[in-house]
Amino acid sequence: MSKSRDVLLDPLFNKNPIGLQILGICSALAVTSKLETVIVMALAVTFVIAGSNVSVSLIRNQIPGSIRIIVEITIIATLVIIVDQFLKAYAFGISKQLSVFVGLIITNCIVLGRAEAFAMKNPPGLSFLDGIGNGFGYSIVLLIVAFFRELLGAGKLLGFTILPSSNEGGWYLPNGLMLLPPSAFFIIGLLIWALRSWKTDQIEEEN
Amino acid sequence: MSRDSTARVLSVAFVLCVVCSILVSAAAVGLSDRQERNKAEEKKKNILQAAGLYEVDVSIEEQFSKIETRIVDLQSGEFTLEFDVATFDSRSAARDPETSYRISPDLDLAAIKVRSRYKDVYLVMAGDDLQQLILPVHGKGLWSTMYGFISLANDFSTVNGFAFYEHGETPGLGGEIDNPDWKKQWPGKKVYDEAGKTRIEVLKGTVEKNSQDAVYQADGLAGATLTARGVGNLLKYWMGDNGYKPFINKLKTAGLKQ
Repeated sequence: MSKSRDVLLDPLFNKNPIGLQILGICSALAVTSKLETVIVMALAVTFVIAGSNVSVSLIRNQIPGSIRIIVEITIIATLVIIVDQFLKAYAFGISKQLSVFVGLIITNCIVLGRAEAFAMKNPPGLSFLDGIGNGFGYSIVLLIVAFFRELLGAGKLLGFTILPSSNEGGWYLPNGLMLLPPSAFFIIGLLIWALRSWKTDQIEEEN
Repeated sequence: MSRDSTARVLSVAFVLCVVCSILVSAAAVGLSDRQERNKAEEKKKNILQAAGLYEVDVSIEEQFSKIETRIVDLQSGEFTLEFDVATFDSRSAARDPETSYRISPDLDLAAIKVRSRYKDVYLVMAGDDLQQLILPVHGKGLWSTMYGFISLANDFSTVNGFAFYEHGETPGLGGEIDNPDWKKQWPGKKVYDEAGKTRIEVLKGTVEKNSQDAVYQADGLAGATLTARGVGNLLKYWMGDNGYKPFINKLKTAGLKQ
């Protein structure tokens, strides 16, 4: 049991795909200017990682080594297209905002990384948990980044005004940099700093 | 059969491709009706919003029933019945050599290079009278092509509303063209002066309230000079001689029955 728990929970902080492995940075920069889009993106990525992990794991003993990566990418691409089609049908407004980034989940290194590094060697149940865990690890970082970017950049959270901005008659002067992709670098950098300071402390206590 | 034999590689690849393509086509075909409906509704909603008629609680179909769609030949300025209103799409018409028009670079204020010879225009009717004329416009901003609708009152010069429904400008900077505070300056502005010259422009900075030209001028956007300039340029283009002006002049003289 503890193994499944580790597989599920480790990617949140101990082995966070963005924080430790620095994977999936591209979409973390691109879609994080608003919380709403991030929530949908996080769900989509979690679904794709879990789905691709299970599918790859189910046929892991059938896949010939020579075409292994192609098989993984085909499965991932299929799942991503299905997600994209569903968003276009049921969440049209958000799918417009996410535009190409849903399609680009295919190239999100976390998805292929987990399929290749974990699902190829582990049974479907564990692979599913690993997919969910990594999806959540990715989501947590994106949510934190988006929280700061939307709050400081637009004075809003989920579209609701928190800090009334000066061009709408309030007092808060929005920080335009926060709305530009490079600001996500700063926030992710600070997050990694915080995470590593915190984690070394933990290791020392265990000793 | 060994796991890495050629036969195995081919059969795994084949089975995988078949399964994946079935899943993808099922999703695409199964959801396409809903997707098409979303797109059509979105466009109608944008038209209604430009006209200032959009209400959240009423169904879009019902609200759209008082709007009549027609296709205009921009060169002659006359209505044309060559196309089916329900399926006409000016973006695909702009890509088709048969129906596209290459704009000469010195006239191409909106920086779009090619446009359709024909445009869909929307007439808001009250009985037999035309109340508002809604025209689709587009042009380059800083990063992206911005698509919008402008709605004119029945003097064909006073703006009723102007809004973009699709663009890729920077959120918070150029993206402020979606800000209701910026959009609310448009109603009441005039596109043409008494002599019929296209005067509408977007300034860098704010409009001098007492200036006699204030009625033709709109505020720029702080931090988004190039986007605002793009908005001004695309209005000048579409409201000018190469855009809707021949059509508007025809409407003034001949009315709807041409």
